[in-house]
Amino acid sequence: MERNNHLPRQVALMRQSLFDQGYLDEQFVQLEELQDDANPNFVEEVVTLYYRDSARLVASIEQALDKSPLDFNKLDSYMHQFKGSSSSIGGRKVKAECSQFREYCRTGNGEGCIRTFQQVKREYATLRKKLEAYFQLARQAGPREAASRST
Amino acid sequence: MSTSQALSVTSLKGEVTALVVDDDKVSQVIHHHLLNILGIENHVVGNGKEAVEIHLSGKKFNLILMDRDMPVMNGIEATKKLRDMGIRSTIAGVSSHSVSQERQAFIEAGLDDYHEKPLSVAKLLSVVSKIMHKA
Repeated sequence: MERNNHLPRQVALMRQSLFDQGYLDEQFVQLEELQDDANPNFVEEVVTLYYRDSARLVASIEQALDKSPLDFNKLDSYMHQFKGSSSSIGGRKVKAECSQFREYCRTGNGEGCIRTFQQVKREYATLRKKLEAYFQLARQAGPREAASRST
Repeated sequence: MSTSQALSVTSLKGEVTALVVDDDKVSQVIHHHLLNILGIENHVVGNGKEAVEIHLSGKKFNLILMDRDMPVMNGIEATKKLRDMGIRSTIAGVSSHSVSQERQAFIEAGLDDYHEKPLSVAKLLSVVSKIMHKA
């Protein structure tokens, strides 16, 4: 059976670049530690759950940003939840934009909130694409490669 | 340490039970799985009120992982209520609040331990080792 011997290396390189470029942090590694033969797709499952579950939060924030005047307490509360969830999967850039948004909530800067939320959404979408590509490649490489990590 | 190393250090199967109290589904899944891997039988509820109710139904747990911010009843109220009910389980607060006053308020509600979210294998092991020493 033909097998692409380069795949494991490609997977490792792709994974490393996600960390090097700041998309992911140590928490993602923690999730990988929970993956084993009994739960070979744990990380992908958690990430899928994150995107499914956080979609409603994103929609709530969007709606709240449409109101006038802005309710900064409500916005901050939504973003606190969203930030918590994002940090649970190691979404470093998403988390950073969330923090920025919360700063603008604290200072009552509506324009800042609206502007930053665009960045939150952009990082959120970018991370999703990158992780989907990574998981797809990892699956092609085979379960052993997907579950292992280089130090 | 790696998870497999952790497993060789602790053999908790059947010895420790836990309750995960968190409204965030991602945290629920991660903490549930983390506990499973350590052989800790666990139950998951979505807010403080459910945590209180499960105790009122007669269930008891060695360890409660209590999130701070939850709808209906938050972690501070739930911790106070459980302590008032005479629950002496190890309650570990898990929160993303880094401001010291907020942390202090949570601790004063009756926590035995406090950790910043998200929980890791190492953090959970340090919590579990406290239960073992308590016993």
